[in-house]
Amino acid sequence: MDLLNINHLRIEFPSRHGTVVAVDDVSLTVHPGEVLGVVGESGAGKSTIGNAVIGLLEPPGEMTGGHILLKSQQIDTLNPEAKRKIRGRRIGMIFQDPLTSLDPLQTIEQQLVETIDLHLKLGEKKSQERAVDLLRQVGIPDPENRIKNYPHQFSGGMRQRVVIALALCAEPEVIIADEPTTALDVSIQAQILELMRRLCKDKQVGMLIITHDMGVIADITDRVAVMYHGKLVEEGTTEKILGNPDHPYTQSLISAVPRPDIRLRRFPMVNYIEEEGERAKNIDLSTHWLGRVRDYEALEGPLLSLKNLVMTFVTKPALLKRNRMTFNAVDDVSFDIGQGEVFGLVGESGSGKSTVARMVCSLYKPAAGAVNFAGTDLTRIKSENERDFFRRQMQMIFQDPFSSLNGRMRVLDIVAEPIRFHKLASSSREVEQIVMDLLDHVGLGAQAALRFPHEFSGGQRQRISIARALATRPRFLICDEPTSALDVSIQAQILNLLKDLQEELGLTMLFISHDLPVIRQMCDRVGVMKTGKLVEVSATEDLFENPTAAYTRELLDLMPRLDQLSHKGLEVEAG
Amino acid sequence: MADTQTIEKTRLQRFFGSDIWYSFTRHPVAIVSAIVTVVMILAAIFAPYIAPHNPFNLASIDLMDASLPPAWYYDGDPKFLLGTDDQGRDILSTILFGARISLLVGFSSVIFSMVVGIALGLISGYVGGRTDAIIMRIADVQLSFPAILIALLIDGVARGIIPKELHADISIYVLIFAIGISGWVQYARTVRGSTLVEKSKEYVQAARVIGIRPFTILRRHILPNVMGPVMVIATIHLAIAIITEATLSFLGVGVPPTTPSLGTLIRIGNEYLFSGDWWITIFPGITLVVLVLAVNLLGDWMRDALNPKLR
Amino acid sequence: MISFIFKRLLQSIVVMLTVALIAFSMFRFVGDPINNMVGQDTSQEEREALTERLGLNDPFIEQFGRFVLHAAEGDFGISYKYREPVSKLIEGRLSATLELSFVSAVLALVIGIPAGVYTALRSKGILSKGIMTLSLIGVSLPTFLIGILLILFFGVVLRWLPTFGRGDVVAIGWWTTGFLTASGLKSLILPSITLALFQMTLIMRLVRAEMLEVLRTDFVKFARARGLPDRAVHFKHALKNTLVPVITITGLQLGSLIAFAIITESVFQWPGMGLLFIQAIADVDIPIMAAYLVMIAFFFVIINMVVDILYYTVDPRLRADSAT
Repeated sequence: MDLLNINHLRIEFPSRHGTVVAVDDVSLTVHPGEVLGVVGESGAGKSTIGNAVIGLLEPPGEMTGGHILLKSQQIDTLNPEAKRKIRGRRIGMIFQDPLTSLDPLQTIEQQLVETIDLHLKLGEKKSQERAVDLLRQVGIPDPENRIKNYPHQFSGGMRQRVVIALALCAEPEVIIADEPTTALDVSIQAQILELMRRLCKDKQVGMLIITHDMGVIADITDRVAVMYHGKLVEEGTTEKILGNPDHPYTQSLISAVPRPDIRLRRFPMVNYIEEEGERAKNIDLSTHWLGRVRDYEALEGPLLSLKNLVMTFVTKPALLKRNRMTFNAVDDVSFDIGQGEVFGLVGESGSGKSTVARMVCSLYKPAAGAVNFAGTDLTRIKSENERDFFRRQMQMIFQDPFSSLNGRMRVLDIVAEPIRFHKLASSSREVEQIVMDLLDHVGLGAQAALRFPHEFSGGQRQRISIARALATRPRFLICDEPTSALDVSIQAQILNLLKDLQEELGLTMLFISHDLPVIRQMCDRVGVMKTGKLVEVSATEDLFENPTAAYTRELLDLMPRLDQLSHKGLEVEAG
Repeated sequence: MADTQTIEKTRLQRFFGSDIWYSFTRHPVAIVSAIVTVVMILAAIFAPYIAPHNPFNLASIDLMDASLPPAWYYDGDPKFLLGTDDQGRDILSTILFGARISLLVGFSSVIFSMVVGIALGLISGYVGGRTDAIIMRIADVQLSFPAILIALLIDGVARGIIPKELHADISIYVLIFAIGISGWVQYARTVRGSTLVEKSKEYVQAARVIGIRPFTILRRHILPNVMGPVMVIATIHLAIAIITEATLSFLGVGVPPTTPSLGTLIRIGNEYLFSGDWWITIFPGITLVVLVLAVNLLGDWMRDALNPKLR
Repeated sequence: MISFIFKRLLQSIVVMLTVALIAFSMFRFVGDPINNMVGQDTSQEEREALTERLGLNDPFIEQFGRFVLHAAEGDFGISYKYREPVSKLIEGRLSATLELSFVSAVLALVIGIPAGVYTALRSKGILSKGIMTLSLIGVSLPTFLIGILLILFFGVVLRWLPTFGRGDVVAIGWWTTGFLTASGLKSLILPSITLALFQMTLIMRLVRAEMLEVLRTDFVKFARARGLPDRAVHFKHALKNTLVPVITITGLQLGSLIAFAIITESVFQWPGMGLLFIQAIADVDIPIMAAYLVMIAFFFVIINMVVDILYYTVDPRLRADSAT
């Protein structure tokens, strides 16, 4: 029997610029004990479906067509009070961010007991027993004591377990999970997904998982629905969608997913997604200003050499040194990067990889150790003017495309700022010409120069960031999670662009990511970091095929398998 | 290609295409408040040209005209639309000149607070560490004392230091300083908070990686991005500054009676309120309230419009 | 907890010393204290003898230390104008100001908080819009004008309530109270409304803004998704989270009531500290100004301490942070 039916759902958001159809004629069915994944990129309308089912559509959104049935009973037309009685009792919901999903001023016991007693009317005592039992089921150790704690006393992964327990309070028939693991590290993601899948099978709950992540889809779902711009483009078993998709959008989406198992020369572009993808106009590097990047004199040794780098942060400030609490975010890290090499740094959040990058480009001053760049120890430079000479050779691309550009400046001024500051062009006319060429070269087109950042999408902004980084003609580029905030298809385009630039300009790169498949696609050698320490450095293919450190093996094991992915039209690079 | 004219044009177009402008055109209260504010400011600026009488020209004042009611009363005089005060000065004219003083003091002290507050807030937020701690401690201590008390104290001290004969001449500057210095904390705290947020954003880090020096980063990158909330505070602060000035003048420690502000007029009239000459107090009072209300409504709208979450 | 209070206490002492320094500098350097104490015809020798006796030739630090010690005992010197000890002048007026401020604080809280909650929960309702508009008018009306209007209406036109003074008071030791007589209570009505109105609107708007913020958080959304009824979501989860940040600012606001009383007291001729202070400013009576400044700072420090301790007990996050 069908548990949840969504028939021809249509949801509209009226706005100043006309009505936006967020969900357009979508029909889905969830069976008991089944996990249905709804996958799509940002703006596909997938979260809106979840909110509509639970009856919490955010204004001004409204359902303008279709119906939602729970065990053949129509629920979207019920009055608010009847809808409320279904929430939590028959349909549970899990949100993305466990850090903000719980009331910070109440113990988790108060929150659990309140919900249990509301729906099951067990009374104080029985509700408490059930609460402890639920915490045990979701894998909270020592639930009898931990239940007295406040949310801030739990880690992120543990809080998501508490959130799941809260969603399970009244044994709902359906659970909707909206990006349940996006805010968590890979290792915790795997545990939470495993827990959710087990609960779903044991209790014969129907589960609707909303996600942008193909790894989550491959790990947990039985069937998948693919959404694009509010429409359902394809639906089928997980095996079918990942291995042999029919729709061109699904095909392009699948081909853009970074492979954990093989290294590709480039991501194949099935040009379904409309973004200014390819180069508008290539510039001739042999004569152009930018081409002079290749003029740096060759070096004997490595371009960058880190020696016993340490970074200490004060966690509890105090006047007296002995009362201060500190921890080493980076602890005795040494590695070399050869000229023209792409060196990857991988690790979970808090492993210190971004801190290393910030020490390399002098944003942080190391507590100890040396940063040797082209034979000079940057940590010993005293004057700002002397440092400028090296700053010009070294640039950085940041993670968040929405905060890495100053919204008050035009793109022209953003990209021109480094050229003007380092006086790399003789006239303002030349500056403008260089900026427009750079914008052309990164695939945006020169006309972007007069616009403001907010007029661009995330991927386009990242291209502006890249143009700005190239504007000092650097020989060394630091990429700090350059694509982790982007949709997977945009990520593929940006990674392709970075690969092309690296090749044609002979750039040396430090590439930082938490995402092992991305590292495999991009890097020549990889360093693995754990809690501030470098645990392993190997050539990329060796690392993936024969990891030596136990932690590396653990990370690789936790990586979503994605074995089923279609291999159609891929160009594998010899390792 | 990018000559200045096209840039200017796009800036203007950008403003009229912005959500702020859109929200403004959809907000009748905001439009009315803006019109009222602008009209009152213009009337105050051009008071010497539009006022029917010059209330400070002793030659034109006739004590025979003292305490006349508004023109629509049977014993009113059509020459004096809103009546006259105890010395025979035309109420409408004194209001126009009074609003001039009130607005002058209001605007000047807001600008004073703004400059001090923004500068200290930027430094505090960007430099951090001990500098930040010291500035914020001072701010905390000052915050313990309401603006009106600080202004009163400064005025009191000034009276002690400055000789009596000089005091009348410079009391308006003392007033501007007193009201201005009592208001910087709000700006400093807000700017500091926004600076901390902006500083951690990646565009500032990108500028640092390029090598841009701190002063330029503050001026070119951070300052433009923290001005939104500052404008909201400045608008609301203008209302508060006008009220504070009126209050001080009402308490008799503000501007001297020779150049009365709205507050002074209310104070003068208050003595005649119980004897029935209500117009001497009520008309300046209404003017003050309408002015402050319009500015407050404008600030209220601006805060909502700049905070997209509230819409 | 102990170390937390200790830290706060230390900070408070620093604040008090700073204020005392300002007050002392005012006394010492604004005008010549000797000139203010003696008549025109006092001889040079007598002046020098007085200077020596008052210790005005001692090093600055020593003089300041003496000032602080005396102030701690409540001794602020002699008023220039009244030729009486400042402490005695203040003592007689302290109870008048504190009673007025207390009644106003209660009014502002009891009306301000529920109104703020109501307007946040029914933000689209007609009554809410009305309350919001009224509150804006309230913020735009200067306190002294409110006072004048109330006097005009209830005192002059209707003749219902007294418009100046405290009415009959009952003395309990040095404290005088108007709470125990009918005329005392009646006299409190207009001044306390005048003083409370501005703070009331501020508190209301603050509570409303915070509550709207909290209502948009994920945990409120999650509470709704669990099927909790509106009543539980609003009053169990949202309200408590609203009040945490509100406590601090409200504390500051209520503290400023004591100083704002200056205006109300001068409109209603209320015989409190504020009226004394405003007269002192006109007369450049520095010892009274200095004493008033120190008194206000003292009340503020006390209120801040109470607020901090309250904050600490309400928010579990603070407790855990200092425990670990």
